[in-house]
Amino acid sequence: MTPRIEIDTVTKYFGTKLVLDRVSLSVARHEVLCLIGASGSGKSTLLRCVNRLIAQDYGTIRLDGVPIDDPVFGKTGLQQRAGIVFQAYNLFPHMTVLDNITLAPRRVHGLPRPEAEARGHEMLARFGMADFARAYPEQLSGGQQQRVAIARALMTRPDVLLLDEITAALDPELVGEVLAIIRGLKDEGMTMMIVTHEMGFAREVADRVAFLSEGAILEQDTPERLFGSPQEPRTQAFLRRIIASGRL
Amino acid sequence: MTRPASAQGGQTERARRGPPPPPPKQGFDWRAAALPSAIGATSIAVVFGALAWIVTSADQWPRIKAQFFSLEAMVAAFPRVLQGFWVNIQVWLTVLACILAWALVLAVVRSLRAPWCAPFRLMVVIYIDIFRGVPVLLLVLLFGFGIPALNLPGLPNSGLFWGGVAMVLSYAAYVAEIYRSGIDAVHEGQRAAAKSLGLSEWQTLRHAILPQALRNVVPALMNIVVALQKDVALLSVIGVRDAVREAQIYTASTFNYSSLIVAAGLFLLATIPMARLADYLTRRDRMRRLQMAA
Ligand SMILES: Nc1ncnc2c1ncn2[C@@H]1O[C@H](COP(=O)(O)OP(=O)(O)OP(=O)(O)O)[C@@H](O)[C@H]1O
Ligand SMILES: [Mg+2]
Repeated sequence: MTPRIEIDTVTKYFGTKLVLDRVSLSVARHEVLCLIGASGSGKSTLLRCVNRLIAQDYGTIRLDGVPIDDPVFGKTGLQQRAGIVFQAYNLFPHMTVLDNITLAPRRVHGLPRPEAEARGHEMLARFGMADFARAYPEQLSGGQQQRVAIARALMTRPDVLLLDEITAALDPELVGEVLAIIRGLKDEGMTMMIVTHEMGFAREVADRVAFLSEGAILEQDTPERLFGSPQEPRTQAFLRRIIASGRL
Repeated sequence: MTRPASAQGGQTERARRGPPPPPPKQGFDWRAAALPSAIGATSIAVVFGALAWIVTSADQWPRIKAQFFSLEAMVAAFPRVLQGFWVNIQVWLTVLACILAWALVLAVVRSLRAPWCAPFRLMVVIYIDIFRGVPVLLLVLLFGFGIPALNLPGLPNSGLFWGGVAMVLSYAAYVAEIYRSGIDAVHEGQRAAAKSLGLSEWQTLRHAILPQALRNVVPALMNIVVALQKDVALLSVIGVRDAVREAQIYTASTFNYSSLIVAAGLFLLATIPMARLADYLTRRDRMRRLQMAA
C-alpha cells in the first residue's frame, strides 16, 4: 500500500547552510511517527516542507503517492489535507476562538458561516472548549490556546496532522491536557508526524521514532528499540543527555 | 513559630470564619494632599506671575499689546478667521481620509511578496523616495498653481483641489512607511499560520496581518493626524481662504496682527486635545505590549 506520506531524499539549504540532508522517510496510514533530535537539527524545517510552508531544494514529498506540488492539489488542497500545529500556537489574537477556527473553512474552502460555525462548536466541544467560542486567545491559558490551535488544524478534516513541539511552551501542569488530545487522535487513526521533546510521550504514542541529527535521519525504529538499544553513537549521546536532564 | 500551635486547628478555624472583609476603601485624604498641592499652586503662581510682570512692565509692552493682543481687532477678525478655520477642518478631514486609504494601497503593494509583484514594489519604493524627499510646500505650489494653469480638459481646475492632492501624495508616503512598520512588526508565525491554513497571500494580509498591523500603528498615525491639521494651513500660499489666509487678509488691511493670534488660538484649540489623545493611545498601547510580553 502506498504510504500516506513519503519523503524522498529531501534536501534543503538556508542560504549555504545545509538544513536537511537527503532525508527519506515514510509514514503509513494511521501511523504515528515521532521525530526527535537536538535543537537546530532540522525537525521543524522538515515538517514545514511537508505542508509546503517552505519548499525543499531537492527531492520529492508525496501524499498518497502524489507529489505535493502536483497541480491536482490546486492552491489549497494540500493545506486542507495536512494540518500543522506550532509550538507558539500562532492563533490570530484579534479574532475570537470561533473565528480563528472557522476562518479557513469559510474563506478558503467556501463553507457558509452557519455550517462552519456548527462544525466549529462541535470541534470545540470535543476538546472541552465549548464555553470559550467567544473568547479571545489572550484570555485563555497556554494549554487552552494549544487545544484551539489543534481544533483549527482539524477543521478541514485533514488526513495528516503535523505537530511541532506543541507542548514545549506550556507550563508542566498543562502538558497533560494537550497530550491527552493527541492520544485521542491516535486512537481515531489519525496519521501524525510529531516533533517532541517529551520522550516519555514519544515512547507511548509513537509507532516509530526517527532520530534527526544535523539534517539527516541517523536511525529510525520502534520506540522500544530506539530508546532501548540505539545503534548510532550520536543517538546514544543524545538520549544520554535527555536522561541526564530527567526527561525520559 | 508564630503560627497557632495546631496547624490543623488553625485551618478549620480559618475555614469557619471565612476570609477577613476587604479593607475599607481609602478615601481622598485632604490633609495629606493639601500641602503638596498648595506648594505646587503657589510656585506656579509665583513663577508665571513674575514672568507676566517682567513682560508687561517692559517699555515696549503697550505697543506689543496693541499689535498682537488687541481685543478689539480680535473680535473684529474672529468671524472671518473662524469661517476660514471651518475650511481648514473640512480640508483636513477630506485629505486625511484620502491619505489613509492611498497609503494603505501603497503599503500593501510594497509588502506583497509574490515575485510578479516586483515591478509594483519598485514603483512604490521610488514613489515613497520622491515624495518624502520633496518639501510639502514645494509640492503644494507646484500642484496648486501649476496644474490649474494647464487648463487640462476634464480635470478640476481649482487650486484647492490640486493643493489637496499634493498634500495627499506627500503625506501618503510617510503614512505608507508607518503602515509598513506595523506590518513588519506582526510576528512571522502569524503568516506561517495563515499560509498553513491555505489562505492566499492577499487573504493572509487582509484577515491576519493588516488588522494587527493597523492596531500597532494607531499611536504613530495620531501624530500624523495632528501634524496634518496644522499643515493644511500651507494651502493658504496658493490662495485657499483658510484661517491663516483670512487672518492675513485682515492684517494686510489694518496692519494689526491680532487676527493671526486668533488663528493660532483656533489651531491650538483643535490640536491640543488631539495631542493628549495621541499620548493616551501611545500609553495604552505600551501597556498592552508590556502585558503581552509578560
Ligand atoms: N528561515 C530560516 N532562515 C535561515 N535559517 C533557518 C531558517 N529557519 C531555520 N533555520 C536554520 O535551520 C536549522 C534547522 O532549524 P529547525 O528550526 O528546523 O530546527 P529544529 O530541529 O526544529 O530545532 P528546535 O528544536 O530548536 O526547534 C537551524 O540551524 C536554523 O538556524
Ligand atoms: Mg523547531
